[in-house]
Amino acid sequence: MLEIKAVTCIKQERCLFESLSFSLQAGEIMQIEGPNGAGKTSLLRIIAGFSRADEGAVTFNGDDTQMNYDEFAANLLFIGHKSGVNPQLSAIENVQHWQQVHGVKDIGQTMQLLAKLGLVGLEDVPVRTLSAGQQRRVALVRLWLNNAKLWILDEPFTALDKKGVAQLQAQFQIHLERGGAILLTTHQDLTAQFAKLKTLVLEYRL
Amino acid sequence: MHTQHSYWQLFKAVYTKDVTLAFRQRAEIFNPLLFFVIVITLFPLAIGPEPALLSRMAPGIIWVAALLSTMLGLDKLFKEDYLDGSLEQLIASPYPLSLSVVAKVAAHWTISGLPMVLLSPLFALLMNLEQQALGATVLTLLVGTPLLSLIGGIGAGLTVGLQKGGLLLSLLVLPLYIPVLIFATSAIDTSMMSLAYGGQLAILGAMLAIGLVSAPFAISSALRVSVS
Amino acid sequence: MWKWLHPYAKAERAYQLCNTLLPYFAVISIVCILVGWVWGLAFAPADYQQKDSYRIIFIHVPSAILSMGAYSSMAIAAIVALVWQIRNAELAVISIAPVGAAMTAIALITGAAWGKPMWGAWWVWDARLTSELILLFLYFGVISLYHAFEDKKVAGRAACILAIVGVINLPIIHFSVEWWNTLHQGSTITKFDTSAIDPTMLWPLLINILGFAGFVGVIALMRLKNELLRCEQHRPWVRELISRG
Repeated sequence: MLEIKAVTCIKQERCLFESLSFSLQAGEIMQIEGPNGAGKTSLLRIIAGFSRADEGAVTFNGDDTQMNYDEFAANLLFIGHKSGVNPQLSAIENVQHWQQVHGVKDIGQTMQLLAKLGLVGLEDVPVRTLSAGQQRRVALVRLWLNNAKLWILDEPFTALDKKGVAQLQAQFQIHLERGGAILLTTHQDLTAQFAKLKTLVLEYRL
Repeated sequence: MHTQHSYWQLFKAVYTKDVTLAFRQRAEIFNPLLFFVIVITLFPLAIGPEPALLSRMAPGIIWVAALLSTMLGLDKLFKEDYLDGSLEQLIASPYPLSLSVVAKVAAHWTISGLPMVLLSPLFALLMNLEQQALGATVLTLLVGTPLLSLIGGIGAGLTVGLQKGGLLLSLLVLPLYIPVLIFATSAIDTSMMSLAYGGQLAILGAMLAIGLVSAPFAISSALRVSVS
Repeated sequence: MWKWLHPYAKAERAYQLCNTLLPYFAVISIVCILVGWVWGLAFAPADYQQKDSYRIIFIHVPSAILSMGAYSSMAIAAIVALVWQIRNAELAVISIAPVGAAMTAIALITGAAWGKPMWGAWWVWDARLTSELILLFLYFGVISLYHAFEDKKVAGRAACILAIVGVINLPIIHFSVEWWNTLHQGSTITKFDTSAIDPTMLWPLLINILGFAGFVGVIALMRLKNELLRCEQHRPWVRELISRG
């Protein structure tokens, strides 16, 4: 599904990784590990198409992602450090806005989902008044509401409690069984058992 | 999948979000407007209250004040979305980024440009502008302020990633505003002489048309550079 | 175009190209400026109306022409950089910008100095002077935008976008200023018809323009060489170059 071909990234005169190649098939989950500053986030941002690789290319189903980006974006769900949740808007407004922007049909389950993620009674207050973990959950509701094939998640477990982490991994399983693929970075080890788990270790290079 | 209907949905979603946010933080609407009023008030105090002099200078003063107060809101045009990651979500949406950009610029104009257009008759009175120039003032602002938002958007997109981009933004954008300033003030001047100012207005309209088709692409490529 | 450009997308080849071109530009610039100035300042006849003070055109006109020429070449480099994603073209934009800004400043200062005896004031809101001043602002915009970014890759691309936006706006700005000027100033300023210039003045002027073009080329190429080295400092070819001394 996703193929990374000889990608090189140089940041501030420092080479983060060179000629990195790997591929990700439907049903596979890949965890990218490495110390701070090894270039995990940079790699994810290159794959998601936000930054440009210094060399190499990223293809999705055989097409260069940069060539037809909007087509690729229709199959992409990206949640980064900055989760794209507006602190002034309420949880429900945030979710609905995201759905409209991404052309996802509202199936009328948003309320139940927010309840499932422990945000019951908090749908209407501005997100800035919620705790860090709760804010994170508002962003992660998207995992239940999208029809993207490829998920790219940068530290999705940050600020989540154990129950939240478990819920998230259960949703990962469902996505993989549906034929999706996941690329994520995390410092925690995945607690659930994934059938097709790949790991990529990035070293800190000087 | 991407019918015209869904493009409209996207435009509406992005537009309403920005306008809603502005209405929740009222200062965003009122501060630039207040700035506009205060700048206009300063001029009679600085150059004297003589009605003839004021009415001669009114077009220039109103337009320079409009340029400056547009600048105030520009800094924030993409800032929040950049900081909270919404900009990345807009880029990673299946719709063209330039469409979201148009919606955001339209929201900026609704918040900063439109109130100025609506209040301009009042300022025209304050500045002793002659009756026949009133229409020209409102019309030039109506056609000119969207153009200010569009051109300003390019600067805002280029500087959104910078911590102290505000001052640089004015440096980049103000020279590009010069043609708008020239034709808008000239239209008002002409109308004061009871002459037809359709020509200047048409040129402003043409510039707006060029801006509408080209600025969104410039802004979206600037934003892509800024998030990278 | 692509076939011709492609080899120079590699920094090393671009560096070599700079080295090859530099001597030609240097010779053109030194010879032409020397000949042009000596001819223009010492031998060309004095103007019947302006006496010797017209001689400043041998600096003013070339620098004004080059200020716009540099902007256009900068914009072309910016388009190449963004369309074909060639990093060296971004560096070329950054190398040209300060040289162009300097040319614009020279044109403005000499223009003001010429204006004093001719118009009786250091600054007159003449259409061409005003356009030139705005051009200087546009140059400053590109330069300060580039320096505002810490990440020079982002900085280069941002500067390219601004250069292109500027070059699209430049004709509009120029036209509107011309129009504004004729509206406000009328014929208070004597317009010198450049096509009616005497051949004895025209030749040194043309030679000077060529010399200034060579000079802009020399400085831009030298700056480009520096940028290429700075940007590729960790690459083997640069290390080899340094070790060779």
